[in-house]
Amino acid sequence: MAEFTLPPNSRVKEGKTFKAPAGAKNVKAFKIYRYDPDLGENPRVDTFEIDLDDCGPMVLDALLKIKNEVDSTLTLRRSCREGICGSCSMNIDGGNTLACLKPIDEVDGAVNVYPLPHMPVVKDLVPDLTTVYAQYRSIEPWMKADTAVSANKERPQSPEERAELDGLWECILCFCCTTSCPSYWWNGDRYLGPAILLQAARWINDSRDEATGERLDQLEDPFRLYRCHTIMNCTNTCPKGLNPAKAIADIKQKLAERVL
Amino acid sequence: MDVIKTDVAIVGAGGAGLRAAIACAEADPSLNVALISKVLPMRSHTVAAEGGAAAVIKENDSLENHFNDTVSGGDWLCDQDIVELFVNEAPKEMMRLEHWGCPFSRDPDGRIAVRPFGGMKVERTCYAADKTGFHLLHTLFQTSMKFPSVKRYDEFFTVDLIVEDGRARGVVAMEIRTGKLFAFAAKAVIICTGGAGRVFPFTTNGAIKTGDGMAMAYRAGVPLKDMEFVQYHPTGLPGTGILLTEGCRGEGGIMVNKDGYRYLQDYNLGPPDPWPRKKAMELGPRDRLSQAFWHEQQKGRTIKGPYGDVVHLDLRHLGEEKINERLPFVRMLAKSYVGVDPVTDPVPVRPVIHYTMGGIDCDIDAATPLPGLYTAGEASCLSINGANRLGSNSLTELLVFGRRAGEHAAAFARSTEGRTGGEKSVAGAADALAGRVTDLLDERHGTESIAGLRKEMTATMESGCGIYRSEDTLKETTAKLAELRERYQRVHVTDKSRVFNTELMHAIELGNMLELAEAMAHSALERKESRGAHQRLDHTARDDANYLTHSMAVRGDGLEAPRIEYKDVVITKSQPAERVYGGEAK
Repeated sequence: MAEFTLPPNSRVKEGKTFKAPAGAKNVKAFKIYRYDPDLGENPRVDTFEIDLDDCGPMVLDALLKIKNEVDSTLTLRRSCREGICGSCSMNIDGGNTLACLKPIDEVDGAVNVYPLPHMPVVKDLVPDLTTVYAQYRSIEPWMKADTAVSANKERPQSPEERAELDGLWECILCFCCTTSCPSYWWNGDRYLGPAILLQAARWINDSRDEATGERLDQLEDPFRLYRCHTIMNCTNTCPKGLNPAKAIADIKQKLAERVL
Repeated sequence: MDVIKTDVAIVGAGGAGLRAAIACAEADPSLNVALISKVLPMRSHTVAAEGGAAAVIKENDSLENHFNDTVSGGDWLCDQDIVELFVNEAPKEMMRLEHWGCPFSRDPDGRIAVRPFGGMKVERTCYAADKTGFHLLHTLFQTSMKFPSVKRYDEFFTVDLIVEDGRARGVVAMEIRTGKLFAFAAKAVIICTGGAGRVFPFTTNGAIKTGDGMAMAYRAGVPLKDMEFVQYHPTGLPGTGILLTEGCRGEGGIMVNKDGYRYLQDYNLGPPDPWPRKKAMELGPRDRLSQAFWHEQQKGRTIKGPYGDVVHLDLRHLGEEKINERLPFVRMLAKSYVGVDPVTDPVPVRPVIHYTMGGIDCDIDAATPLPGLYTAGEASCLSINGANRLGSNSLTELLVFGRRAGEHAAAFARSTEGRTGGEKSVAGAADALAGRVTDLLDERHGTESIAGLRKEMTATMESGCGIYRSEDTLKETTAKLAELRERYQRVHVTDKSRVFNTELMHAIELGNMLELAEAMAHSALERKESRGAHQRLDHTARDDANYLTHSMAVRGDGLEAPRIEYKDVVITKSQPAERVYGGEAK
């Protein structure tokens, strides 16, 4: 019989509200998902009213302002604040993106901030990414080439061959795409997801790598690759403007061409 | 406390830490390597390095050129024996990185492309668009996964070094997701935790760059060398401090003041034409360019902006195609963070804290004076960077010396000295260090706020220990820092949760930064001359008779100020001379 009980901690309660300072004229509400397993309570959504006249332009600026000035227990990952380290990936205004690249003024009304969807939550905005890193290791993302090469010389690669990596080599492993993919939500234990498949494509397309066949063999699997159903959420959400869906389609095409 | 036994413990998994881990694994696959990082892979700040990595790989260049550019760029405060080894090893390391798959930008003949950087006689900066650090880090991370002997401890925050019988025996680290402390018992330890730019308010450095490893070594009695030398990069975005690479100028970008005038010609860097030209104008060294900004500001020739005074970096003449190919990240950054498209408008920029030349004292083998302790990357001070690091030497440094640190730590771990003693005492020593963490969570702890103390620290560092310093400003800063360290004893941590307690980490990081700020300010106060990045308004000339020497900050007991000692600079073949840039440069 079907089971209709929600898993633990699925019901999100309304939390505390922190009012804007008196006299603030340009107030925006940030509704932020909060969860601390140490409290033994269900998650809640706290509301923080922020004076935008006294805050940087990005959502990350507001989150750090809250942590520094309002509630120091707010927990998130962050470092570079310039869209290259991938730490502050989260769900903002219903879409996965980097908080440091998301302008506050792009959001109408209150800014809803949640952790990346469908990953176990460690605390507040911090998801557990153990599985995706293990999946990354599983594609053996390192150079495989048996042809001898002098220690004092590079492997030649023409600018055109190097350009084959454009759109693949820029991925910062923020996992916004993977966690936006319904197919990954459903089969995340066996489907590699868009971020890892984009990495696989990066190695398949590298003219210096000599393991293309082996890499394709490893992906030829109903789950690892073919759970991509071209939903395209990955491409829609990528904060770096990449197109993982196209990279996955290219891998599928290469596999099809092998048997023709 | 639970003990994790390993052979080599590496703290920090940025470029230097990963390179060291690979070197350990290659040197001896039977050695267990624990790679401990407070962040996940690819979050370390190496990821943000943009412009490139210097190495002599072209026939029109020579090792001698690289040596001379580095030593004069460092205002002769470099140890020349180490610089010589560095320039010799650099090309091999660059090729190794290429063999591991680093996607370098290419010349039409298929070889790695190079671009010019500031202070360089011949262009020698290997690059991968303007994300070289990102690709270098990614390549090292990918390659490290090949080696089963390298075990990653992601999101473990290292609190302190374990020292027993005058030797490094391991580290105490907190598993961030559980708050649980572990003692890593190791035969050798390598610190690769990067620089401490976050001691200042306006920096290119990511929030994680709090100098934790430097502070640990310092507490363990290892001197911090040349800490007064902190590099300002001339082109940071106002407000955020986000870096725009020197590659902008390497590709031909120019800098102008409010009159549209290329002001650098007024500071012994001209004449402005022909352009581009090596070692001249916008391709002068970083210290000179940042100092020129300060003078323009004094003359009222900078441009007023919402986030302070700026000058303009003009890339428009490069054209959209070249900007997209060579500087795509710069274009994205300028559009996102100051709303300016470099294709159509000049970009506002100002000098910004970028790099800690100083760091943990170590020798040519990356060994510190503490047996068993090694260090590499920005956390270390060899010194090859002297008083001013040459742009694009830092990525190469972490490759060359990350490898050496790994190999020498591996050799130490296999030696008789490395294999003997210690196992029993480590747990006890670790328990004694755990107090630093548990005290902070004590309910009765004080009322000082982390963010408040941090703000006061960064403000006093900027006002007293910035581009130009004097005895008065430095004395104010050292007094303020002493007060802040005293108040830090009453710092308050609101979050008592064991799980992913970032506030607790920030409290520990702040304690580390306060100690490093003090080492910087006191070293600066004692150096009564101007050299490279250290400029004194009250001692404007370089003084080789008294200060051609490395400063060594030794930690005082408790809250005492550091003691500043000195150590000879190694000079082999380049005698100190005047630094010449512009038309007269050789």
